[in-house]
Order: sequence, then structure tokens, then C-alpha cells
Amino acid sequence: MSVASPSTAPVRVFSKNPFIAFYQSSIGKKYVVAVTALILILYVLGHLAGNLQIFIGPDRINAYAKLLHDLGPILWVVRIFLLAAFVIHIVATIQLAHENRLAKPQKYAVPGYQRSSTAARTMLVSGVIVFCFVVYHLLQFTFEVTDPRYHQLRDSLGRHDVYRMLILGFRHPLISLFYIVGLFLLTNHLSHGLASVVQTLGINNRKTANFVASGGQTLAWVVFAGYVSIPVTILLGIIK
Amino acid sequence: MNFKLKVWRQKNAVSPGSFKDYDAKDIPSEASFLEMLDIVNESLTGNSEDPIEFDSDCREGICGMCSLVINGIPHGPGKGTTCQVYMRRFTDGDTIWIEPFRAAAFSPIKDLVVDRSAFDRIIQAGGYIVVRTGSAPEANSLPVPKHNADLAMEAAACIGCGACVAACPNSSAMLFVAAKVSHLGLLPQGQAERETRAIHMVREMDELGFGNCRNYYECEAICPAEISATFIARLNRDYAAASAQEALTV
Ligand code: FES
Repeated sequence: MSVASPSTAPVRVFSKNPFIAFYQSSIGKKYVVAVTALILILYVLGHLAGNLQIFIGPDRINAYAKLLHDLGPILWVVRIFLLAAFVIHIVATIQLAHENRLAKPQKYAVPGYQRSSTAARTMLVSGVIVFCFVVYHLLQFTFEVTDPRYHQLRDSLGRHDVYRMLILGFRHPLISLFYIVGLFLLTNHLSHGLASVVQTLGINNRKTANFVASGGQTLAWVVFAGYVSIPVTILLGIIK
Repeated sequence: MNFKLKVWRQKNAVSPGSFKDYDAKDIPSEASFLEMLDIVNESLTGNSEDPIEFDSDCREGICGMCSLVINGIPHGPGKGTTCQVYMRRFTDGDTIWIEPFRAAAFSPIKDLVVDRSAFDRIIQAGGYIVVRTGSAPEANSLPVPKHNADLAMEAAACIGCGACVAACPNSSAMLFVAAKVSHLGLLPQGQAERETRAIHMVREMDELGFGNCRNYYECEAICPAEISATFIARLNRDYAAASAQEALTV
């Protein structure tokens, strides 16, 4: 085993501009990751609430889809805003991870983890897989390129039949399985991420710390149960 | 008691190091970990071999000078410092891995000794208050809420040993900096420089090559002074508030 030569050179040099300097600092970059995470979390919750309308019936979810589509330019503003949050979240994380690798040039011969959860230590892996999952999900249900039939689906009122599209999509066990795995990793990501956002934004304290940690995990699993209920009920033929 | 030791030996900062095997024989169970190493070193010097270099000073768990990562855990098993680990904690015949604190910001000096003066530089960047010297002021003229006094006292318990950095897979010094920023920031004497202190200490920490906190809380788990990771949340908000103020006053 050999040792990396010691780095004595400063890893970071700070700009005179306070905004740039904030981003250059460890805490600043983490703030950016946390704020973008918060935006994405709110989206994940909102998206879940929208999707669960499938259980109210075809009419309800198709009407909801039409409502969103009729927003037109506003929908695109929201989409671009979310995309920007997603990209910034990833870019800042890659920079942080790179700095972290430089900061620990050599690992211990015996790993001695005491407290950190597997979810915490696998944030990068779960993040990458969630990214792939999101890309596939958009290709399938937003751009509808995985199955050309999706475009033609219309309900009796002439609206795009999102209900049928979901049924057709999730009837395939492999697709459903892929979704369940993707959601599981998202849950893993959130089970560390939710509490981390609170800690990084500095709104954690001694009284809230335990609640934040367990509350974050609970919410992550609630999100999992909510989302997974859709492919599972379709696969089991409960909704058809 | 007898142990098999796997000890990191490294001649100096630039030459590569490696693990060497040593037998620790006839070690009394009441020996501390450092005394066990002393015994091994006695026999090494007896055979005119180079003794294993390691840091220690008070050997009472106060100063934070002792280091060592024992079986992957900074300061070894249990809470407290390495000098407070006793061999009875191990089982006879155990193999024990002994490594230095590892972090880019703590450059190796020799064997198990690393240079932790990066912490001194962080303190120099703002871990102090500027006061006029002279006779002590009347204590009651400066009221401190009990809650703040307790929290400040807790943060001030940090002995600056560097185990938080050693334990962190990202070599983050956030627990140390959080403790130092908080113990002054919670007291009235520390208010004047509260913002500049947070900014200067955090940026110094970053410039020295410490990593970014990922909220693993390995630091909290091994801290011999039991500093709470909620001080890191406090540092995060202090730093954000100070940065906002910096941006607005430019
Ligand atoms: S030698 Fe002083 S704390 Fe261990």
C-alpha cells in the first residue's frame, strides 16, 4: 500500500464577489444542493398528489392532465424551472463529490463506520440511478416515445387518455418492476436527503434533530408507498 | 495479554508507507493503548529498530494530542481519547490495525504522527475575540442566558483532536469549526465578530483542503468531547446569514 503525497496547496481560492464566494465555499454549495433538493422534493410530492387521482377514476385524471396541458407557456416555465433545479442539483453535487475525493486521498484499511446509514453513503449511486429512471420516465409518459400508441389514446371527451396510457404502460411486469426499483432508490435518496436538507439549511436543532431524522425517513417511505401503489394495483388488475 | 499489531509505518511525509506486523506480548490488561505501544517500542529499541512514532501528551483525555485510528475507528473503541482506551477492551489474541488520522489537510509526518496544524490556522482565521486587556470586568455586568451559557460550554468542550476529520469519509472539519464558531457566537463577547468569524473560519477550512460535510454524523459518533452535530446546523445558518450580510454590505 502506498500513500498519496500530501496536498498542502489550497484546494479552493475565494472570489472577491460575495455571491461567487458563497458558491465556492463548502457550505454555500451545500445550500445550493439543499435548496434545489427542496424544490425537487416539493415537485415529487405534488406529482404524487396529481397521480393518485388515478384512483378516483379515468375522468378525474384525464381532466387533471388536460388542466396541466392547457397551462401552455406556464407549464413550460415550470418545466424549465424544474429542469434548472435538477441540473444545478447534479452539477453542485458532482463538484462537492470531487472535492471530497481530494480531501480523503487514502481510505482506512479497516472501514469503521459508526453512525452513517447505507442510504447516506450511497447517495451518489442512488442519485445516478434515479436520474436514469427520470429520463426513462419522461421518455415514456411525457414525450411518449417508448410506445407510439400512447399518442393516439383519446377518451370519450376527446381528451388525451392518460388513464389508459398508465394501464397500458404498467401492465408490463418488467416496466412496473423497473418503476418499483427506481422508486425504491428514490426513497433511499430521500430517506437521507429529506433530513439532510433541514440540517444543511441550518433549521435543525437539538429538539428537532430526532424528529427530523425519523420524519424524513417516514416521509420517504410514504412517498414510496404512494407512487408504488399505482403500478402495483394495475399489475394486480385492481384498476383496469 | 497478547496481540498481533498491524501498524502503519511511514518514514516521512513523502516516502510511501505500509503496514508492518508486530507482536505485542505480555501486555497487562490494565495498560492503556498508548502504554501498550510504549511496551512494544521498548522491545523495538532493544533490537535497535526504529520505535513506532505516535502522538501523546497529557494521557488523561484532556489535551487532544493522542490520535490513532484503531480498527478503522479514530481513538479506538468507545467514547473518549486513545489514551483512555485500555487493553482489557480487547480480547486476548486480537489482531489490531493501527493507522494515522487520514486526511489531505493532515499531512503525514512519520508513522502514526500527522500534522494537525491546519486546525491552528482555522483558529487563527477567526476563532478568537478581540478584547482590550486589563482587569477583569464585573461578571454581572454581562448577562448570559443560562441556555446559551450551557450550549456555549458544550461547544467549548472541543479539544481540537481532529478525530472528526479522521472519522469523516470526506475529511470534513465541520464539527470542529461548528464547535469553535458556536462557543463564541453564543456568548455576548463573541457577537461583534460573529459574521466575520463564521466566514473566515469556513473559508480557511475550505482553503486548507478539508472536505464537504455530507451529514453522515460519523464525527458526532466518535467525538471524544461529545460535540453534537446540531452545532453544524447552527454553523450552516450562521454562515448563510453572514454571507447574506456580506453580500448586502458590499
Ligand atoms: S494524550 Fe491528551 S488526550 Fe490523549
